[in-house]
Amino acid sequence: MSIKQTIRRYVLENFLFTDDDSALQDGDSFLAGGIIDSTGVLEIMLFIEETYDIKVEDEEMLPENLDSIDNLVAFVQRKQAVAA
Amino acid sequence: MCGIAGIAALSARAQISEPDVDVRRMLLALRHRGPDDSGVYLDPHGRIGLGHTRLSIIDLAGGVQPMPNEDQTVWVSFNGEIFNYIELREVLQKTGHRFSTHSDTEVIVHAYEQYGDDFVQYLNGQFAIALWDAHRQRLLLVRDRVGILPLFYTCQGERLLFASEIKALLPLLAEAPRISPTALDQIFTFWAPRSPNTLFEGIFEVPPGYLMVLENGHLHESMYWDWRFPEQDDYLPGSDAELAERLYELLADATRIRLRADVPIGAYLSGGLDSSALVALIRHHSAAPLKTFSIGFGDKALDESAFQQQLVEHLGVDYRRVFCHNRDIAEDFPATVFHAETAILRTAPTPMRRLSGLVRASGYKVVLTGEGADEALGGYDLFKEAKIRQFWARHPQSEWRPLLLKALYPYLETAGAQAKTYLRNFYGIGLDHPDQPGFSHLTRWFTTAQCKVFFSPELSAALREDAVAQLTGQLPPAFERWHPFNRAQYLEAKTLLGGYLLCSQGDRMLMANSVEGRFPFLDHRVIEFANRLHPRLKMRALNEKFLLKQAMATYLPWQILERHKQPYRAPDIPAFFSAAPPAYVDDLLSAEKLKRYGYFDAKKVSFLLNKARRGHAIAYKDNMALVGILSTQLCHDYFIERFSRTIRELNTRFRGSTQGQP
Repeated sequence: MSIKQTIRRYVLENFLFTDDDSALQDGDSFLAGGIIDSTGVLEIMLFIEETYDIKVEDEEMLPENLDSIDNLVAFVQRKQAVAA
Repeated sequence: MCGIAGIAALSARAQISEPDVDVRRMLLALRHRGPDDSGVYLDPHGRIGLGHTRLSIIDLAGGVQPMPNEDQTVWVSFNGEIFNYIELREVLQKTGHRFSTHSDTEVIVHAYEQYGDDFVQYLNGQFAIALWDAHRQRLLLVRDRVGILPLFYTCQGERLLFASEIKALLPLLAEAPRISPTALDQIFTFWAPRSPNTLFEGIFEVPPGYLMVLENGHLHESMYWDWRFPEQDDYLPGSDAELAERLYELLADATRIRLRADVPIGAYLSGGLDSSALVALIRHHSAAPLKTFSIGFGDKALDESAFQQQLVEHLGVDYRRVFCHNRDIAEDFPATVFHAETAILRTAPTPMRRLSGLVRASGYKVVLTGEGADEALGGYDLFKEAKIRQFWARHPQSEWRPLLLKALYPYLETAGAQAKTYLRNFYGIGLDHPDQPGFSHLTRWFTTAQCKVFFSPELSAALREDAVAQLTGQLPPAFERWHPFNRAQYLEAKTLLGGYLLCSQGDRMLMANSVEGRFPFLDHRVIEFANRLHPRLKMRALNEKFLLKQAMATYLPWQILERHKQPYRAPDIPAFFSAAPPAYVDDLLSAEKLKRYGYFDAKKVSFLLNKARRGHAIAYKDNMALVGILSTQLCHDYFIERFSRTIRELNTRFRGSTQGQP
């Protein structure tokens, strides 16, 4: 599975409790949609750290990195590129 | 304390059939509330049967119920305590009433004769009363001002059935009750059904502060007391020191009259300000040795043992503690729900039931407890949040905004930029309309209502009206003239206090082990005094229960006075999923049972279960959703699926006497 598919599936199942792909667009803000709160963002952070073996720094926990499928995918790819 | 039950003919000339047998069947289901004795009164004309199960606390020999007046024209069955019965008895004796016992129950009978329906205004106490006036052929059902004691009713053909708990109504129902979609909607918004609703369709409670009358075939209710606040800045005058002294005197007297009993009295001690203040008050106003009872948790984030120990040493009181492990909570949860008779969003009542079990096992049947201080004197974080959000709404550009959040949550684990972003988003809810009636509670209601994502399509389709809009549309007219802080207090008293804390987490958990709780902070004189205090005496800047701390300053160690308020919580999802859950959890949350019971979407719940099993469900709303779903399933299982068996199990033998006819 691609990074996007994996992250999509995780967010759908764990925050929207569904496998219906139409429930969320890749650009939808988690924050604006009430999908994720301050504990939810910690769950997402733990998930991408475990899944992609990266470390998310405190100062990186920003909406531009974490607040939509697109932002998350781009963030993971950037981190992987730096690590490689 | 006790249990009451009864049957009355609804229409003006009807008679009820077999009242004796049926009232006794009801009482069987209430045996845990009153294990010491039971009694039934039957009206000679078949208009009413009144029942009572007794837990003897005052006048052990003379307080048998139902109890009549001098000429047996007024009969009362009563659950609770009238704490000012000694003073009231003197007044009534002076006006010529003759007493044949020393119990507080008899005071009710004579007070009704003297004052009519206004008698309730003279009572200082906690009560659910059924009173039959044979002369006027009328039945009164009365509940205390804030809802400490329960009273439920349902109409069944020609009969009105009423009882201290819903489970006593069940044996007389022709079929299993149905769970009300409206009630589930309210529970998954406010944490409890809104009075007079219960979880079940057609079964209601007498609301706190209400008196209900059945007369000439008509059932009508009226409010005799409510939380009221100043409308024109007419707050109590006086310096902080003067008002603190008055508060202390009131609390001391509220505590003193609650120490009246013919059995030894204990106290709950959480280690927080309220229970510590209460234990200190008892210590200073009673010479009797005092035993305190506390809960401990394995989870250090929830455990308050260190503070409990500190106070125990400071005041030199005896101390017993029940320790709650995750496994205990998971295994005890079904019985908790059975006693609560409603869906609940937290496991927190379960340790409270274990605690009352410890009280009973220690040979005690009465405890004083600190509930109500947060509501009356301004203690909740929610009140602080509302204050901050009010400030935000009025000063959108202020540089103080992030700093205020930090002051509110010094222990916040999430750090850095994201915490601010997410909290700002959360606390921004409703900021565009800071004057809307539910403003203070929108954050809680919004978070809780997110659990409704798990409702099945059928349940969602059955919901007609928005729960919040319905509540805010039914507030008293004066509400909008109250200070925003007082509005928050009112909403708290009307939703969480009456609907959850005093019943699911209070009375029902105490009575499950035949233990009576007494609540000095909920003495109506304390509430009425507190309601007239300016909000700055409750929340000074962000310092909660300011005046209570002033009043208690010389009696408590500074560590207790200055500690950051810790809300009482028990482990929720971790209680069930930190190890393999008990079999009933998998069974009731299986796709088959979820589909058959019909309230929740089985697929969505399966995703939540996966998350819980992986230990990833840490959000409040995930915890509330899982506990809410499980408790709803348990209610269906007990009260609907296994209706007949549950009734049979309630129906074990119980001895007692019958008075009156036939």
